[in-house]
Amino acid sequence: MKWKIWAGYYAVCSYETLHDAEYYAFRNSAGLLDVSPLFKYRVTGPDAAAFLSRIMVRNIEKLAVGRVAYCCWCDDHGKVIDDGTVMRRGEQEFFVTAADPAFSWFSRFLRGYRVELTDISDQVAGLALQGPTSRDILKQVCDADLDALKYFATCKTRVDNFEIYISRTGYTGDLGYELWVDNAHALKLWDAVMDAGRNYDIRPAGLDALDVTRVEAGLILKDVDYYNALHALIDDRKSSPYEISLGWTVDLDRGPFNGQAALKAEKQQGSKWAIVGLDINWPQLEELYYKRGLPPVLSLQAWRSSIPVYASKDKRKQVGYATSGTWSPILKKNIALATVQKQYDKIGTELQFEVTVEHVRHTVSAIVSKTQFYNPEHKTFTPKPSRS
Amino acid sequence: MSKKYDAIIIGGGHNGLICAAYLAKAGRKVLVLEKRHVLGGAAVSEELYPGFTFSVASYVVSLFRPHIIRELELAKHGYEVIPMDCSFLPLPDGDSLARWADPHRSRKEIARFSKKDAEIYPEFSRIMTLMGKLAKAVIDHPAPDITSFNPKEIANLLRLGKAFKDLGPDLFHLNVKLVTMSALDFLDLWFESDVLKAPMSVSGIIGTFQGIRSPGTAYVLLHHYMGQLDGVFRSWGFSKGGTGGVSMACARAAMSYGAEIRTEAPVKQVIVKNGEATGVVLENGDELYAKQIISNLDPNRTYLKMVGEQHLDSEVLKEVKRYKLRGSSGKVNLALDSVPEFKCRPGDGDHIRGDIAIAPSTEYLEKAYDQAKYGEFSTRPYINAVIPTLTDPTLAPPGKHIMSCFVQYAPYHIKEGAENWPKYREAFGDAVVDTLAEYIPGLKDKIIFRQVLTPWDLEQTMGLTEGNIFQGELSLEQLLFQRPIAGYSGYKTSIHRLWMCGSGTHPGGGIMGASGELCAKTMLKSRAV
Repeated sequence: MKWKIWAGYYAVCSYETLHDAEYYAFRNSAGLLDVSPLFKYRVTGPDAAAFLSRIMVRNIEKLAVGRVAYCCWCDDHGKVIDDGTVMRRGEQEFFVTAADPAFSWFSRFLRGYRVELTDISDQVAGLALQGPTSRDILKQVCDADLDALKYFATCKTRVDNFEIYISRTGYTGDLGYELWVDNAHALKLWDAVMDAGRNYDIRPAGLDALDVTRVEAGLILKDVDYYNALHALIDDRKSSPYEISLGWTVDLDRGPFNGQAALKAEKQQGSKWAIVGLDINWPQLEELYYKRGLPPVLSLQAWRSSIPVYASKDKRKQVGYATSGTWSPILKKNIALATVQKQYDKIGTELQFEVTVEHVRHTVSAIVSKTQFYNPEHKTFTPKPSRS
Repeated sequence: MSKKYDAIIIGGGHNGLICAAYLAKAGRKVLVLEKRHVLGGAAVSEELYPGFTFSVASYVVSLFRPHIIRELELAKHGYEVIPMDCSFLPLPDGDSLARWADPHRSRKEIARFSKKDAEIYPEFSRIMTLMGKLAKAVIDHPAPDITSFNPKEIANLLRLGKAFKDLGPDLFHLNVKLVTMSALDFLDLWFESDVLKAPMSVSGIIGTFQGIRSPGTAYVLLHHYMGQLDGVFRSWGFSKGGTGGVSMACARAAMSYGAEIRTEAPVKQVIVKNGEATGVVLENGDELYAKQIISNLDPNRTYLKMVGEQHLDSEVLKEVKRYKLRGSSGKVNLALDSVPEFKCRPGDGDHIRGDIAIAPSTEYLEKAYDQAKYGEFSTRPYINAVIPTLTDPTLAPPGKHIMSCFVQYAPYHIKEGAENWPKYREAFGDAVVDTLAEYIPGLKDKIIFRQVLTPWDLEQTMGLTEGNIFQGELSLEQLLFQRPIAGYSGYKTSIHRLWMCGSGTHPGGGIMGASGELCAKTMLKSRAV
């Protein structure tokens, strides 16, 4: 019903006029989302791990076969270009996803490494099967040992007569899998999963539902919560991994990698900004509506416009800005992801969040919290973890 | 004929009209004298064939300064520019490259030739956008006089220096490259695909008698990147009603403020008495007087024809004679029976609604220049064609079209001398049509009218000396405080009370309006009028 352009493709925002059924599928049963517009690269060769370690802020050489690493990559100044996942499919074979085209950037560092970098963006389709029943559905279509497949692990399996890769990853913060398949078999895979999911209340889901879930999960989005450093028109729009809640992915003390010196310095001197979660005070907002004789109104849709955030004591002092947010149906909270000055990033700090009620601007309090608002046990639970 | 004006402007090109509008808006009594029956100079629309209105010379708009539109209320007076969405490059082997306003669409097109280039392309655009910020500092102010100790001039120079400094070290160094390198060398810093570099490099040679490998041409590339439409960097557009639409909006604005405009009133000479301009003599002998005289003509015409050598100091005379005009391009205007169909992408579509470049390779462009170097027109020239009727159907009868072709190289100084151009005019036109027909097989049968303008014709009809479309090359040595000549860059001339407001003054080039505006503002500020 609703479409938008995603990386040059028409992508579904929602299959119905409202996306909330799709949202509830992600949270209660399963949603199937086409993520093929992601950019995808294959890196193979004896130096593949070393090459990726040179580019990524994470030490990919330490990544075990069959494991997936979420990470970002930086320019020389330690500013983030993009974030994505690196999957180790074999000792010398990796699969990398990115939100922006990365072939040209990765190619700059090929010299001296025995690796082959292939852009397979147009050859491989991606399907995200996300939600509590996703494991049961997937078991119907393949014989991979899914009960043993851990969070952020990947494996190869067959569906009918073709091969797919499964990774236990996703952008919803729920139990879920991403399925990677050659274009030729993509439609067959879609049909197989939809058929298998019939008894598990599967639904095709679009990007609007995903947007709500990803804010609940505290997952940042390029061009919304931060800018690609290569595309930023001014330096102030560039961010380091520490400033966008990805500091945990940075592995500083190892061989050289892009941005290492700058990141070391920043680690020592401290960062200027931080991305935090904001739990926006609901009673105060309700009160503002009631004063105007209105019931509180919230959009079901996640928003992604910049909204000023002020200090608690001095409501004229802007200390940051929220970049995306949503009403969380599952948490019953009004939440946002915000970039704030570093000294305001402690959990529990009270800030003021700008709201517009009946054409008039006000502020309500908002408490700094973890970005990961929703983090259910079943997201990471593995029924029978194998010893490896 | 003793009516006294505050200012008489010789030439009703868009700059002259803008200058008049600003002066009239400030309450001055202004008269514009245009020799032709139509206004606009090179930004002119004419019905050359019944039912077909052509942008005879200048054909697209981008550099026009947004604040002029606001200050002169041009939208109210009919200024309307429709943005172009595509740059299309047909190739002889049946392939093609279309670059779109949508970055993803462009990336997919470019990736067919080079994946790396496809991804670097937006980075390049970003850099050029940042460099384009310089435009405000460079284009929107008079050039500083670097030899002067006048505090105002020093402040002016500092402002320009600050704009360069604000670029940051990386961009500053890039800027140094930009002003010293050739267009092609500069593009080589980024791209590997010749198919991409060829059509991009031509922005560096338009209107100059240089090749894409000539040092300094990278600057002209930036000049074309500085374009703004509605304040948005880097987009080109069609003026509703042809480029004359812009000129007419300027004329209507000028008249609304009280300026007087006369067409078919050719000026023969500026009246100079004791080193001071006091008025003009028309071809019909009438004499008109004003406190200030402003010439919208190019520097060569202004100094040598309107004033006359006898009134010039020897140094000024030497500089004026050195000023490089060297027209290098011509124009072929076609009226077509139906939409032209490209072999490589048949059918009507958005790809032909923007500009179409015949520039299949850098070698092709170099070869085209080689012929020009030795005094011949290119038999396989670079062509920039547009079909404005696809965007503005009012220009031709329903279903019929106009194809407007900018052609380079057509050197003014052909081997046998410029005056022999009329002998070669049709052969030149044939070369252009033959070249196009290689990409548009049915073109020749569709042509119902053809106008060929050689640089010689541009000089004869529009008064562009040597047919230079910018009233003088945009090469570094004649830019900023050296445009048109060192010592007389601030719209003043060596003759007291005689000013210049054409493209031959800073910043020059394109339908920009800045020269006309800055001349008027300089005059008002110095209380000359």
